[in-house]
Amino acid sequence: MNEENNGGDVVVKVRDLKKYFELHVGMFKFWGEPIYVKAVDGISFDIRKGEVLGLVGESGCGKTTTGRLLTRLEDPTAGSILFHGKDIAKLKGKDLKEYRKNVQMIFQDPYESLNPRFTVLKTVMEPLLIHGIGDTYEDKVEMVIKALEDAELKPAEEYLERFPHELSGGQRQRVAIARALVLRPQFIVADEPVSMLDVSIRAGVMNLMLDLRDKYGIPFLFITHDIAVARYMSDRIAVMYLGKIVEMGETDDVIFNPLHPYTKALISAVPVPDPDHKHGRVEIKGEIPSPINLPPGCRFWPRCPYAQKGLCDTKDPPLVEVKEGHYVACHFAEKFAAGEEVPKKESALA
Amino acid sequence: MAKVLLDVKNLSVHYKIQAGWVYAVDDVSFTLHRGETMGLVGESGCGKTTTGYGITQLLASNAYIKEGSKVIFDGKDFVEMSTVPSKKFPGYRRIVEYHPEMRKYRWKRISMIFQGAMNAFNPVFKVGDQIIEAILTHENVTEEEARKRVERLYELVGIPKDRIDNYPHEYSGGMKQRAMIAMALALNPDLIIADEPTTALDVVTQDKILGEMARLQKENNVAMIIITHDVSVVAEMAHKMAVMYAGHLVEVGSTRQVFKETAHPYMEALLKAFPSIKGEKKRLKAIPGSPPDLANPPKGCRFAPRCPYAKDICLEEEPPVVEVAPGHFSKCHFAEELYGELGGEANE
Ligand SMILES: Nc1ncnc2c1ncn2[C@@H]1O[C@H](COP(=O)(O)OP(=O)(O)OP(=O)(O)O)[C@@H](O)[C@H]1O
Ligand SMILES: Nc1ncnc2c1ncn2[C@@H]1O[C@H](COP(=O)(O)OP(=O)(O)OP(=O)(O)O)[C@@H](O)[C@H]1O
Ligand code: SF4
Ligand code: SF4
Ligand SMILES: [Mg+2]
Ligand SMILES: [Mg+2]
Repeated sequence: MNEENNGGDVVVKVRDLKKYFELHVGMFKFWGEPIYVKAVDGISFDIRKGEVLGLVGESGCGKTTTGRLLTRLEDPTAGSILFHGKDIAKLKGKDLKEYRKNVQMIFQDPYESLNPRFTVLKTVMEPLLIHGIGDTYEDKVEMVIKALEDAELKPAEEYLERFPHELSGGQRQRVAIARALVLRPQFIVADEPVSMLDVSIRAGVMNLMLDLRDKYGIPFLFITHDIAVARYMSDRIAVMYLGKIVEMGETDDVIFNPLHPYTKALISAVPVPDPDHKHGRVEIKGEIPSPINLPPGCRFWPRCPYAQKGLCDTKDPPLVEVKEGHYVACHFAEKFAAGEEVPKKESALA
Repeated sequence: MAKVLLDVKNLSVHYKIQAGWVYAVDDVSFTLHRGETMGLVGESGCGKTTTGYGITQLLASNAYIKEGSKVIFDGKDFVEMSTVPSKKFPGYRRIVEYHPEMRKYRWKRISMIFQGAMNAFNPVFKVGDQIIEAILTHENVTEEEARKRVERLYELVGIPKDRIDNYPHEYSGGMKQRAMIAMALALNPDLIIADEPTTALDVVTQDKILGEMARLQKENNVAMIIITHDVSVVAEMAHKMAVMYAGHLVEVGSTRQVFKETAHPYMEALLKAFPSIKGEKKRLKAIPGSPPDLANPPKGCRFAPRCPYAKDICLEEEPPVVEVAPGHFSKCHFAEELYGELGGEANE
């Protein structure tokens, strides 16, 4: 990856990050060869100050695992995660706790991520207690109120004594956001934070996150399977397929000029809320395979309409910068970028 | 114009709960022609599934249909046929379960793709056998003929034939959904009610399955009701649409009319809150507040507490259904005034 634009504004710098899960299936163990799920298989990206990086892809491609690695809820198998220049991939004990204070995660399910027996006050105050922040109880309450108001739960006093079941879905997700904000984090990972919310409520939660980014300059890794949501939220988008980033660039470059065959398919599959919009049908075959038996070469070739025998099924294409700030992992990326015709079918693999 | 296949008139389905009633579906009316696809769209809990099940009379045992409701399918009123007046709750009708007449219609004339169809197959039987069983129950054919038909259906929905004898857990989510569609088509019905047929699937799979459904719908001239919370799925699939809010149909019309000449404030708000990958990126507008509790719906217009156009009358009186253009209905006190003024995409 291009090392030049890694100036001082890079908050998180991820290089060749991997997470392999060992499968504990008796029979496989018996034969002595451990079997791995390559959930994240060598990804690199930067997140800059005040930036929202959208991470998209189909179910099981490794989005959540990436988020859990960055928040160190998961130990990486290999690779580095530089946070303000300091490698946190192998942090332990006190250092890890300190890092966790600076980095917060917001989860998909506002029904599960909040303890049903905790009031809003207790929920949002808990991180302050864990990290010993705030001198007096009154100080802590004040911080909680500030965080709730930042999350647009106003007047905050009205919410303090409520339990999760006394809140709407959108309000619960705002409480989860307040809980993340109360520690004044320097980086937030949001994993499908609006997927469970109804449309009429979703827009408010998305706007809230964008406003917080503007107000505090907090960078976000925003994980979603919904491309339209990713477009709305992100400055840049990274597309994942089977543990790898296959394309990354400025949001509208990726949306309007996708260069990887997988991204092209993904975007053409997104339905548009306009009855006059006619889109072609996706031309990729089959469904996303399991990350246990990865195909050799480019891992997209069994589904790719452009796959070429002897190349795509043997050689794994690296992620290269084909246009300024636009990275693609495909042997034909340069041709796609130059608008050249790339033959389909006749030379494609069966 | 094709014949009217389904005529739903003033359908009200309420659930009896300890504390009173849940007014899940109230005074819902629409028509569907042969071969037509309608999108029924709305947020979680607004009554979409209840409407769908109200048509096939497959409701929970605490569901009661209000006297005066009609579901006329091909000339036959299902409500009259399969319900009896409730003794406990005057003014309501109770569904007679396993009504023999009604059962003749289900699957054979009207089939359903259930919400969460991922788990609709019985895990201990092979998927193919379950479809064969459905055919054998309804039609006088041999097992061999039924199997042949399943093979053809698998081809239609794009599952390899050699997967017929697999168990449900051996199928991916997308394959189960396709098998469910095969099952829905197995008896060549006139109407398919598809409840969130692709909600749990990835976009690529969703796109393929919607494409498949659209093709099959056209080829077999089957009418379809697609229930979804996703307006973009409706835009892509449906000839006409019905927008549901808190148990009411607030807007009904052709898909073009509803999107481009929006006549109800809720639909306008929904479109402004919905992100798209098309066009310029605009700041989305959230709808303030949240949908009402249907056990305790607000008096007057149910959208009034969230509506930017609400006036005093909206808080007091339930709005009438107004036909603002031929076939285009809006349930709003100010439908006429607002028609043409609301910011559907095209009007901006
Ligand atoms: N603890 C684990 N042990 C074994 N495999 C795991 C574990 N966690 C995740 N995986 C596998 O790693 C792959 C990536 O999973 P991950 O949850 O990161 O995907 P995702 O992109 O977030 O998917 P979704 O959109 O469904 O949330 C999947 O195949 C998953 O089954
Ligand atoms: N058996 C029941 N008893 C009582 N209330 C019920 C019952 N079934 C559904 N409801 C309520 O009726 C209302 C409508 O439910 P329904 O399932 O029709 O909504 P929906 O629009 O399909 O929602 P979703 O998008 O979440 O599937 C909801 O408020 C729901 O809680
Ligand atoms: S490298 Fe080959 S198989 Fe992979 S995306 Fe590009 S053309 Fe398709
Ligand atoms: S009736 Fe009144 S509150 Fe209801 S949608 Fe119309 S203007 Fe809004
Ligand atoms: Mg995930
Ligand atoms: Mg439903």
